[in-house]
Amino acid sequence: MAKYLLWRSLSVVPTLVGVSVLVFLITYFIPGDPAQIMAGSDATPDVVAGLRHQWGLDRPIYVRYAVWAASALRGNLGESYFSHMTVLQLVGTASRVTVELALLALLIAVVIAVPAGIASAVRPGSWFDLAATAVGFGGLSIPGFWLGIMLIYVFSVYLRWLPAGGFAPLSDGLVPNLRSMILPAIALGTFASTQFMRYLRASMLEVLGADYTRTARAKGLPELLVLVRHAMRNALIPFVTVLGVQMGYLLGGTVITESVFALPGIGRLVLNAILNRDYQVAAGIILLIATAFVLVNLAVDLVYPVLDPRVRLGRPTLSQ
Amino acid sequence: MSAAPPASAAAPVNAPARRRRPVQRAVRWAGRRWSLTIGLAAVAALCCAALGAGWLAGQPPDVQHMDATLQPPFGRHLLGTDEYGRDVLSRMLFGARLTLLASTAAVLLAAVTGSALGLTTGYFGGAYDSLAGRMIDVLFAFPVVLLGIAIVAVLGPGEPSVVLAIAAASLPNFARVSRSAIIAEREREYVMAAHAIGAPVPYIIVRTLLPNLIGPLIVLVSLGFAYAVLYEASFSFLGLGAQPPTPEWGVMLSSARSYLFQAPWYAFFPGAAIFVLVFSLNLVGDGLRDLLDPRRPTSGRPP
Repeated sequence: MAKYLLWRSLSVVPTLVGVSVLVFLITYFIPGDPAQIMAGSDATPDVVAGLRHQWGLDRPIYVRYAVWAASALRGNLGESYFSHMTVLQLVGTASRVTVELALLALLIAVVIAVPAGIASAVRPGSWFDLAATAVGFGGLSIPGFWLGIMLIYVFSVYLRWLPAGGFAPLSDGLVPNLRSMILPAIALGTFASTQFMRYLRASMLEVLGADYTRTARAKGLPELLVLVRHAMRNALIPFVTVLGVQMGYLLGGTVITESVFALPGIGRLVLNAILNRDYQVAAGIILLIATAFVLVNLAVDLVYPVLDPRVRLGRPTLSQ
Repeated sequence: MSAAPPASAAAPVNAPARRRRPVQRAVRWAGRRWSLTIGLAAVAALCCAALGAGWLAGQPPDVQHMDATLQPPFGRHLLGTDEYGRDVLSRMLFGARLTLLASTAAVLLAAVTGSALGLTTGYFGGAYDSLAGRMIDVLFAFPVVLLGIAIVAVLGPGEPSVVLAIAAASLPNFARVSRSAIIAEREREYVMAAHAIGAPVPYIIVRTLLPNLIGPLIVLVSLGFAYAVLYEASFSFLGLGAQPPTPEWGVMLSSARSYLFQAPWYAFFPGAAIFVLVFSLNLVGDGLRDLLDPRRPTSGRPP
C-alpha cells in the first residue's frame, strides 16, 4: 500500500517536468522578442541588447529553462507586461470566480446525474431510462457556449429573471452571487452531468447483475437496502475516477463559459492574455492549471485504493 | 429496378425474390441499428449540404444588404440576415465546409500519428515506450482548450492552430487504445507465425496487427469527430480559430450574441447546426461501437 502511494506520487514528477518544459518551450517559440516588446518599438539596438542581457535572454535555452523553472517553483511566475501585477496576484483574484464556478457546476452535475443514472439503471428500458438516455445524448452533443447563450436569452432577455452576465462577489451577499453564477454553472455542468449519468448507469447495471446483488435479494432484503448498501456503494467507486477526469474538462470549459457570461475568472484572464499577447501571464496560468489537473488526478488515484480495497496495487499501467 | 424478370429465366419464381432479398435484408439491418442509420444519414445530408453550398444557398455568403440587417427568418431570407444584412443560411452552409474540413483534418492527423505511436510503442516496448508514454501523459495534463490557447500563442490564431490543438488533444486516446490492443495481440500465434516466416517488422505491424485494431480505431475516429466539431466551433467562438468575416459557425455565434435582444434567431441557428452535427456524429459513434465492439455493453439498450 505505502509502496503504491509512494510510487504513484513520484510518478507525477516526470509529468510535471514535461509540462513545465512544454510551457517553457511555448514561451520560447512565441514570435517576437520580449526585450523589444519591453523596450518599445523606437528603442535603439543598444537598449534592447542591454535589456536582453539584464533579463538573461541572451543565455542558452537550458539555462533559461532552469532559471524559469526555479523561480516558478518558488511561486514566481512572472508579471503582466501591461498591468505589472504578478501572475499570482492576477490568478489569486480571478481564481475565486473560477473555483466557485467549477464547484457549482460539479455540484449541479452530480445532483442531476446520480439520481438520474441510478433510476435509469434500476429500470432499464423504462420510459424514464429512454428519456434520460435521450436527454443525456443531447447534453453530450450540445455546445456549451450555445447553451449559455440560449440560457441568457431565455432567463435574462426574455423572462428577465437573472442577470445576463457579470460577476457579483460573495461580499455582495449570497443571493446576488448565486444569481450571477447559476446560469454559467448550468451551462458548464451539463456536459459533465451527462458523462456522469452515462457512466453511473453502466456501472449500476453491472453491479445490479452481480451475484452478490442476487444473493442480497434472495435473502429477502428490502429493495431499497439492496440498492443503497450493496449496489450503490460499489457502483460509485469508479465514479471517483470520472470525477477527476471531468474536473480537467471543467477547468478548460471555464474559459468558454467565462467568455460567454463575462465573468472575470482565470479562463477569461488566460484568453485575454493570449489575445493581448501578454505571454508571461498566459504561460503562468497554463502551467498552474495543468499542474492542478495532474494533482487532482493524483489525488483520485491515491484515494481509489482506500475506497476500493479490491484494486490490484502495484505499478499502474499506461492503459489506466 | 422495377424491370420484370425475363420470361425465359430458368427459375422464374425464385428470381424476383432473390433480387429483393438484399434490399429487404439491408432495410432490416438498418432498422435494428437505427442510431447508426439515422446518424449516418444526417451526417451525409450535412456533408451534401456543405458540398452543394454554392448551389443550395441561392446567394453568396458575403454579400451585404445594409438596408435589410437582422431580418427575421422565413421572409425573403429563409433563416434571416445578420448585422450586415448577409444571408444567414448561406453563411451557415459555407461555414459547414470549414467546420467539416477542419474537423476531418484534425481527427485524421490524430488517428494517424496517435495509432502509429501506439502501435510502435506497444510493439517495441522498452525505453522508447516509457519515453513516449511520459510524453503522452504530459499532453493529457492539458485540458483541450488550454492546449489550443498554448498553440495559438505560438502559431497565432487561425484554423491551422485549431486543427493542431484538436489533434494534439485527441492523439493520446488513439495512442493508448492501439498500444494496449497491440500488447494483447503481440504474443498471439499468428504474429509468431509471421515472425517465423521471416516477415519484416513494419509488415507485421501494418499488415498483421493493424487490421485487428481497425474496429476500435474506427469507433474512436467517429467519436473523436464529434469532439473535433465541438472544439473547432468553440475555438472560433473564442476568437482563436477562424476570424471574421469568414463564414464559420462559431464566428457567427460570437457576433450573434451581441444581438440577442433584437435577433435571438441569429444566435439560434448556427448553434443548432453544431448541435445537429455533433449529435449525429455521436449517434454514428455509438452505433459503430455496438456494431464493431461487441464486448462493450450497449449504451442505448439494457443488456
